[in-house]
Amino acid sequence: MFGKLTIEALPLYSAIAATGALVTVGGGFIVFVVVTWLKAWKYLWTEWLTSVDHKRIGVMYIVLALIMLMRGFVDAIMMRAQQAMALNNGGYLPPEHFDQIFSSHGTIMIIFMAMPFMTGLMNIAVPLQIGTRDVAFPFLNSLSLWLTSAGAALVMVSLVIGKFSTAGWTGYPPYSGIEANPGVGVDYWIWALLISGVGSTLSGINFIVTILKRRAPGMGLMRMTPFTWTALCASVLMAFAFPALTVACGLLALDRLLGMHFFTNELGGNMMNYPNLFWIWGHPEVYILILPAFGVFSEVVSTFSRKRLFGYESLVYATAAIAILSFTVWLHHFFTMGSSANVNAFFGVTTMIIAVPTGVKVFNWLLTMYRGRITFHPSMLWTVGFIVTFVIGGMTGVLLAMPPADFLMHNTTFLVAHFHNMIIPGVLFGYLAGYMYWFPKAFGFKMNEPWGTAAFWFWMIGFYLAFMPLYVLGFMGMPRRMEQYNDPTWQPWLIAASMGAVLILIGIACLVIQLAVSIRDRRKLVDVTGDPYDGRTLEWATSSPPPPYNFAVLPEVRDREPLVDMKERGVVYQPPRAYEDIEIPKNSAAGVVLGGLAFVLGFAMVWQIWWLVILCGVAMWVTLVLRASDDESEFILSAAEVERIEVARYRALRNQNGRRR
Amino acid sequence: MNANVTAMPSDHEPESDIHEQRALGFWLYLMGDAVIFGLLFMTYGIMVGNTAGGPSGKTLFSLNNAALETVLLLVSSTTFGFASLASKAGSRSAVLSWLLLTFVLGAGFVFLEIREFSGMIGAGAGPDRSGFLSAFFTLVGTHGTHVSVGLIWILIMSGQVLFKGLTVPVVSRLFRLGLFWHFLDIAWVGIFSVVYLPGLL
Repeated sequence: MFGKLTIEALPLYSAIAATGALVTVGGGFIVFVVVTWLKAWKYLWTEWLTSVDHKRIGVMYIVLALIMLMRGFVDAIMMRAQQAMALNNGGYLPPEHFDQIFSSHGTIMIIFMAMPFMTGLMNIAVPLQIGTRDVAFPFLNSLSLWLTSAGAALVMVSLVIGKFSTAGWTGYPPYSGIEANPGVGVDYWIWALLISGVGSTLSGINFIVTILKRRAPGMGLMRMTPFTWTALCASVLMAFAFPALTVACGLLALDRLLGMHFFTNELGGNMMNYPNLFWIWGHPEVYILILPAFGVFSEVVSTFSRKRLFGYESLVYATAAIAILSFTVWLHHFFTMGSSANVNAFFGVTTMIIAVPTGVKVFNWLLTMYRGRITFHPSMLWTVGFIVTFVIGGMTGVLLAMPPADFLMHNTTFLVAHFHNMIIPGVLFGYLAGYMYWFPKAFGFKMNEPWGTAAFWFWMIGFYLAFMPLYVLGFMGMPRRMEQYNDPTWQPWLIAASMGAVLILIGIACLVIQLAVSIRDRRKLVDVTGDPYDGRTLEWATSSPPPPYNFAVLPEVRDREPLVDMKERGVVYQPPRAYEDIEIPKNSAAGVVLGGLAFVLGFAMVWQIWWLVILCGVAMWVTLVLRASDDESEFILSAAEVERIEVARYRALRNQNGRRR
Repeated sequence: MNANVTAMPSDHEPESDIHEQRALGFWLYLMGDAVIFGLLFMTYGIMVGNTAGGPSGKTLFSLNNAALETVLLLVSSTTFGFASLASKAGSRSAVLSWLLLTFVLGAGFVFLEIREFSGMIGAGAGPDRSGFLSAFFTLVGTHGTHVSVGLIWILIMSGQVLFKGLTVPVVSRLFRLGLFWHFLDIAWVGIFSVVYLPGLL
């Protein structure tokens, strides 16, 4: 009846695992109680969960990302604490538990923190920047969100029911094979990735079509904002790289479920094919995450230096070059696997080449700041911190790109330090910059700046303290993922690294306080204009938060910085002569229902509850077919209603200006 | 054309734009699917020799069966083409008949494939026998699953043509179904030339 699921699945084997489960269940329970107490279920359902509005979907993506950031960080600080104390003793975490933690840390941070954060920022900013009323496929957008959430929920549930994978976030066989890993952990990992991977593929397709087909009149490709360009390139990578992850995880699932021999050690299996398939997705994935962050930095640096971006064309071409090159470097993740010297040399050279367009961008940002009138908004601090730190990580990357050097550093903490040195400043700092930059657009009030600045400094200093020691440890020969060790010269460095993690913890606390303080002071921080930074691009031309239709009249673009151009021509914030009816997609419960069914389907696959798998599969089919056959998925917002919303906005604007005078 | 679909205020996004966007989105999905097939072909290519002492394609495959499958699928693509032409001409009954014929041919293909698979599994050459057979069943089975999904989709679209008529959204869905069906043909040509022909010759 319940497949492999028994009462044994509860995490009573260790006090720490049981605490983790309690925190997860307790957190969910508290949210449930608070929403019920506020009588907010109906509001939540009609205004948010079933919404197909890209701005709301974007906000929900970022909420998911921030929750998963907390979870992933708890994993991180637990690992740092374990390694700081586990010299010649077992520390406080048994190996089985430690292995789950490093596996879930990587999985969560890449797939369920960075991906939703990026997709969330794209959702909030891209349609506004290209001057359209919605994405090309609003319902698919909602479906993507809920499939991603279903994957994240599977990872969270593994804390409470059963265990998570112990095979690392990359899930290499034979560790992830059924012989070495007979439990359900790897299955949780596989189904979380498969389900959310479908969501990411659909997001990629959605944004390619949105950007290529729905730009405002006059916005040629070379008038798109840098963020839109990077979002386009990242979307192309998403649409074409995620299928490779689907194949890698799917074949691994077939090995585990049906006893096939793709990656086994016997009967003709070839486990070296797995890293190939995985990294054909995995390397483009790095650029999927990092390109939109580059886009954010470009927007921020231009806005807060009050200058046009230096070398826009070169930045666009560099972005496209990185996107193409990203498919040609995957083998550098396994130089030591035994390819010939010539093959390794080829991938080493392509890896070094990819540093060139990235270097071009660094000069774009530096020269934009040169002689600019810089405002040190927290977003700008994240940007400057990124430039400095990322260059260091880039240099260690070029070092690792040399196969002979890689043979020495492979699988050591040097590598761990390197990719954190790329991904924390290159991805996370970028997304946090974007979060603070576009927050007023999404909610109509600015974020508290002092707490944002404090968060930046704790993250920045904490990052250096946490990861520079890992470079040193790598040179000293410390392998990654060690639960305990017996070399006393390592311990001081590991203690230093754990102090860095504590600083980052304070940085995260500052982010939470910043959000709370900003919400408390929302009246003081209110932004009526919709343009709090004297912005340069179209998202600042509409109100904050934008109305459901974004623009009452679609803007006409005459310049690469349309808002600067409109301000110079004096045509900005002018009520149009007449309003028109606007077509708006209706809310749909199908997205959240399909997400819920996908979650149950994944859970049933993990525990091999076959009747439930079939039931969910059929229910998903029926929901999808019903939704796909719906010919009336839109409603008309009348011109009178649009006029009412817009007139209120212009009145507020006039009042504000009157008070200023 | 259905009246309430065309009766839209003129200053709105034209219906044709929306369907153009959907077509582009569907093309992108197909290209992603092509990546999946490409990687499965690649995996098959590196595992074709890994028979682990078990049977190889030479003893397992039947040229007659594969040729018949090919004929059924290619002809079904042609009949789908006629269904598309009939939808442009606005002839509901012709569309339905061609769709029905396509369905029958596709179902015949799936039947032959299931018969081939069950015969192999019965002879002890199932997907868990060797790396080669894992790769074979997964590649060919993925294609067969796609065809089966296509069959269900054909049924759904036949129902829509029957009950909604050839409205703009229905015709645009038929167009995307056509892309899907022809794409599966191309994938099959790949399977026939990469799996069956070299396996037998």
